Amino acid sequence: MKVEYNIPPPPDQKVADPTAFSGIVIEGVSKSFGPKQVLTETDLLINKGETLVVIGRSGEGKSVLLKHIVRLLEPDAGRIWVEGEEISEMEMSELMEMRKKFGFLFQGAALFDSMNVCKNVGLMLEEHSGWSMDKIKDRACECLALVGLTDSDDKLPSELSGGMKKRAALARAIVMEPEYILYDEPTTGLDPITGDAINDLIIKLQKELGVTSIIVTHDMASAFKVADRMAMLSRGKIVFTGTVDEVRNTDHPMVRQFIEGNSQGPLGAF
Amino acid sequence: MERFFAKIGNYVIAGLSNAGHGTMLLRAIFRETPHIWKMRREVLVQMHVVLIGSMPLVIVTSVFVGAVTAVQAVYQMQALVPMKFLGVMISKTVFIELGPVLMALVVGSRLCAFYAAELGTMKVTEQLDAMNIMAIDPVRYLAMPRFWASVLMIPVVTIFADAVAVFGGYTISVMTLDISSGVFIEGLQLFYKHSDILGGLIKSVVFGGIIALSGIFNGFHTQGGAEGVGHSTMTAVVASCLSVLVADYFLAIILFQIIFQK
Ligand SMILES: Nc1ncnc2c1ncn2[C@@H]1O[C@H](COP(=O)(O)OP(=O)(O)O)[C@@H](O)[C@H]1O
Ligand SMILES: [Mg+2]
Repeated sequence: MKVEYNIPPPPDQKVADPTAFSGIVIEGVSKSFGPKQVLTETDLLINKGETLVVIGRSGEGKSVLLKHIVRLLEPDAGRIWVEGEEISEMEMSELMEMRKKFGFLFQGAALFDSMNVCKNVGLMLEEHSGWSMDKIKDRACECLALVGLTDSDDKLPSELSGGMKKRAALARAIVMEPEYILYDEPTTGLDPITGDAINDLIIKLQKELGVTSIIVTHDMASAFKVADRMAMLSRGKIVFTGTVDEVRNTDHPMVRQFIEGNSQGPLGAF
Repeated sequence: MERFFAKIGNYVIAGLSNAGHGTMLLRAIFRETPHIWKMRREVLVQMHVVLIGSMPLVIVTSVFVGAVTAVQAVYQMQALVPMKFLGVMISKTVFIELGPVLMALVVGSRLCAFYAAELGTMKVTEQLDAMNIMAIDPVRYLAMPRFWASVLMIPVVTIFADAVAVFGGYTISVMTLDISSGVFIEGLQLFYKHSDILGGLIKSVVFGGIIALSGIFNGFHTQGGAEGVGHSTMTAVVASCLSVLVADYFLAIILFQIIFQK
């Protein structure tokens, strides 16, 4: 028997004047890889200073969406503004300056495997800060301590476990005290205790440094803990946004199915 | 039939577009070259990769190239050409052609595969993306040092190989081909021209550039996972070898029919 679901229209995530918006505006972004359409004219607003959690099933294009924000991928259609500047129109040098405001935690950590952990974390400072090597090393160790990696700084990435790599990559992402941090599945592959420590760190960065965070995750416990606002990505579009309470109480069938982890529902099982 | 031509057409278009992108990469490398002093450590590391790592390969290849050239030359000269021309035959073939080309094929393939696989793995594991995000330009940080290391060190390797090959030819001639040491050495000096060595060097500078560019370009454009890395490494080596051979022909015309032909 085929069940009809009553799916509300996508939320209104547009602003009248994107150039006057202080956060990030994603407007009508489409992206396909060959025949595979990943994003279809999706809109999303990220307010300055908030922590937005993006949920969605794997393969829906969450990582792709994150990469568009820093122009690692170029949209087929649509535009993106960061602090009122359209990023597709930036010159390479402007883009580089813009990127220095961002920290990006890759889903697969993406540590430079020819460098030890300390050098990985300090590299950005070496390139951009003009600090002395000692000062850079201190700052790198400080960031590694924040993620609970105190005595692995001279190890190579290949000598670390998956969770340790993730944490080292997080240390690398925050070393320049970015204004925006994009986390791609920060707690996936971590044990629950370390995962919760990372949640605390995300909250701390937001509270103490006013960081704007976008977090992609499937980990609902983590999502509910850190989020100010949540957005759900499904079939190439943002289908829902709302605060944590709104998510808990929504009757949007896709969101319900996802947060309940139900194989029956509008998203289908496979 | 139509399909066949369409396929060829596609290859040509892909080839031209790659050549276009390759030129863009080359321009980017030149644009970043003023930062070479800042990147000197990486340049040295990469020079070390070319030079030290390939020594056993260079020595074995060159000794045998010299030896084979000697044996073949003696066979071809038979009684027609006096043996005092043996030295000059070996040295000219080695300096002008065999040294630069074989080193570009042997050491070059080794280097090209190394660049393509290393950078390709960095691409598919998002390390290049990470670098971009950190506002560190992969062209400055990775491509430029590798390019110049190759352009500088392939000629050095070639000179060394030339010397070893001539020594190999000498040893074989004297020890097994009944040619006296004096005749061989006298032959070496006969018709010797600086332009032979210089021409070979110019060739190997160009080859060094081709090798590096092919490895770096294919590495940077790797798609997919382990298979993608394998594929781009293969493409890089094939493209490098073919381009070296084609470039060799044009360089031969430019150098020895136009420039050094007074
Ligand atoms: N570079 C790429 N080339 C081709 N397809 C890609 C690429 N990156 C992502 N995709 C495809 O886009 C879809 C979304 O991927 P992704 O954003 O990684 O999903 P997730 O939501 O799990 O992070 C997947 O089907 C993937 O196959
Ligand atoms: Mg993902």
